[in-house]
Amino acid sequence: MRRSTLAVFLESVIEWGIRLCGLSAIVFVFGIFFFVFREGAGFLFGGFKPLEFFGSIEWYPTSQSRVRYGALALIAGTASVTALAMVIAVPFGLGAAIFVSEFCPPRLRETLKITIELLAAIPSVVWGFIGLTVMNELIIDVFQAPIGLTVLNGGIILALMSVPIIVSIGEDALKAVPDSYREAALALGATRWQTVHRVLLPGARNGLLAAVLLGIGRAVGETMAVLMATGHAVQIPTSPLDSVRTLTATIAAELGEASVHSDHYQVLFIIGIVLFVITFAINLVADFVVRGIRRSS
Amino acid sequence: MPSAEPLIDVRNLRANYGLHSALHGISFQVFPNEIFGIIGPAQSGKTTLLKTLNRTLELIPGTRTSGEVRIAGTNVLAVRDVCGLRRRVGMVAPLPVGLPMSIYDNVAFAPRRGGLRAGSELDERVEQCLRQAALWDEVKDRLDLLGTKLSGGQQQRLTIARALSHDPEILCLDEFSIAIDPVTTMRIEDVLRELKSRMTIILVTNLVQQARRLADRTMFLWKGGIVEVDRTELLFSEKPRNPKTYEYIHGVFG
Amino acid sequence: MNGPRFGQHNFRATVASVRKIRQERAAAAIFGLMSALMIVPLVLIVGYLIVQAAPLLTFDFLVESPRRGMRAGGIWPALLGTVYLVLISLAVATPIGVLAAVYLNEYAGENWLTRMVNLSVVNLAGVPSIVHALFGLGAFVLFAGLGRSILAASLTLAIMTLPVIVASTKEALSAVPRSFREACWNVGATRWQTIWHVVLPNSFSGILTGVILQVSRAAGETAPIMFTGAVFYKAIASGDPFAYGLLDQCMALSMHLFTVSTQVPDVPDALPYATAVVLLGTVLSVNALSIILRTWLRSRKRW
Repeated sequence: MRRSTLAVFLESVIEWGIRLCGLSAIVFVFGIFFFVFREGAGFLFGGFKPLEFFGSIEWYPTSQSRVRYGALALIAGTASVTALAMVIAVPFGLGAAIFVSEFCPPRLRETLKITIELLAAIPSVVWGFIGLTVMNELIIDVFQAPIGLTVLNGGIILALMSVPIIVSIGEDALKAVPDSYREAALALGATRWQTVHRVLLPGARNGLLAAVLLGIGRAVGETMAVLMATGHAVQIPTSPLDSVRTLTATIAAELGEASVHSDHYQVLFIIGIVLFVITFAINLVADFVVRGIRRSS
Repeated sequence: MPSAEPLIDVRNLRANYGLHSALHGISFQVFPNEIFGIIGPAQSGKTTLLKTLNRTLELIPGTRTSGEVRIAGTNVLAVRDVCGLRRRVGMVAPLPVGLPMSIYDNVAFAPRRGGLRAGSELDERVEQCLRQAALWDEVKDRLDLLGTKLSGGQQQRLTIARALSHDPEILCLDEFSIAIDPVTTMRIEDVLRELKSRMTIILVTNLVQQARRLADRTMFLWKGGIVEVDRTELLFSEKPRNPKTYEYIHGVFG
Repeated sequence: MNGPRFGQHNFRATVASVRKIRQERAAAAIFGLMSALMIVPLVLIVGYLIVQAAPLLTFDFLVESPRRGMRAGGIWPALLGTVYLVLISLAVATPIGVLAAVYLNEYAGENWLTRMVNLSVVNLAGVPSIVHALFGLGAFVLFAGLGRSILAASLTLAIMTLPVIVASTKEALSAVPRSFREACWNVGATRWQTIWHVVLPNSFSGILTGVILQVSRAAGETAPIMFTGAVFYKAIASGDPFAYGLLDQCMALSMHLFTVSTQVPDVPDALPYATAVVLLGTVLSVNALSIILRTWLRSRKRW
């Protein structure tokens, strides 16, 4: 019973193909950075003023007389919407994760998990549409505001978008705490709530932190929803009822009009590099945090 | 009666898991058509030894082996066709495993990989192996039943049938009776006595009485080193060469 | 021995234990409320969308082309475009993703290279959709010379959906017990033979579920296709399933929703709502299908 040389050869070809596919992930990540960098590199090394970019709120890329690329207001836009979204999403998301993991009756649990999964599947453009229509009218009514496309609108929408990821990773983190901890607490007479806040939350701390970090990453990177829901004002917000523009929305809104390889076009790619670096860093930190769980357990 | 030429000649075999040494340079011989028993407490290196014989130890990351394992003259630790070697050495693991496919496909798996296509020859091979494993009568009417749905004892016999399906010269069993009932164990022991005439059998067992019943020669392995290798009657007698052997067999330790 | 003895204790509630029980109930209620607070508004919103869209939700809406500058008519070109984009992107992403997961779970050792691959998959999953758009523009549209086309947009979507396919395939593969692999190796099967004949067939359901989930993701994304191949308007024959070529630009459902709700003035109210409902309905039904499939397959366990 020997295999033909052809069969052995084909098998080694397949195995090399498999290795190639495995390494492709590394290739693609570098590729993304490379090609985005490439398109913005020209201006980055010739004419780009980092002080203006990070320090000035004057974003006038299409000005006839004095072109300025001050992205501070855009950064503030991203930061404000993300911060508001996290202020809402983190407590609700962690609360829901605790409920699903510790308090929920088993039959309800499956339904709840499926609902959260479906919530996560809603496309960002649909969320943006909801912000544009439903949320818009709601904010105008409730706050008697002149416009509803504001930080508040974007923040609520982003919160609803980020909650599923916080719930699912948070739930995993709580599940990872060994049952023996729960049993020990029970044996000492603790209620479920006491078990949760004295034993489980500290025990799942790393995983919950990772969940929050990944939620932030999601919020920072979101494009369509904030494009449609936060308005178009390039300004640093002073209240949640101000309109803003995020970094992501700026790229989406202006790339179509910038002529290829112009300065404006390249600056938009530079914003892309900034976004890539931010989300890359968040993912790296979240990965280390999760690895910390594995090392200590 | 063992013939003069050994089939398996192990010389100075060492095996390491990372920094931990599991076999400290052991040497022994196995002769054709005998049942060679290996006894010893847990963590002695018995399973490690079997895994070096069919080169599945290297599938565990961090392991290293050195020394020689000569089967019919060739040092198998150095051969390139590892899969060919594994087809010449049948292996039965402690826990029964039915592959998630029909009983027929379970036994036909190895022959098919070796090139045997569907047809009467394959059917005969499947039946022969199931008969040799004392499983045929129980399953002959439901060969398309999923292998995982059989009982533990049946799955262990299915594993033996699978091990026999590639016509091995050597059959290794690693504590095969750990997870099955005594009746099935007895049946399999009868099977082994029958198979002895066709192949050489290495039987690792934690049940010393099983070695006494079945093995022609027995080796007492302890903490990675050989305590004693001899004819079974001598090992189990009142005065084996090493007093530790007597103590282990009579339950003083292990 | 200061505590109550069994004979003395009559297990009546003390002040402290009543407080504990009340705390417990309050906690459960609060967390339950928090969960409900996410879901109930959503259900209300979706209901509102459907009500607003109702006048336009007919079969014709799906198979007709837009008229009068997209203020009337249907969404056929957008629907067809989305189908093309989803099919092509998954045709590219699935084989690469599955084989990459096979590498990670079956071949890769515990070394720095493997850690880098895993890290890359995780990072790829976290790249913002607009950065995918920039990448697609730079790499496929410009560098590879494909121009703005269905092909460029599909490839961009493929890179985007790749990491989730890798992750869910890896999960499906690792659910297959190691003992099956060992049993195959013991009878002389090679790694690949074991994977092809035992591991992959028994992970199929998990892989399928992961791929189906990415269908809905590819159908719903807008930013990656906005600058790589999707356009506001393209005239094609109504009801013709082969109307697009690979190097054509196309309309897409997600893009169309963006267009009619922000780029076209004086659109009748129901139109954007109807588009949103069709997109949402498609995405949610595909996900529901995947969930049903997963539950059904779980009941048919083969071991």
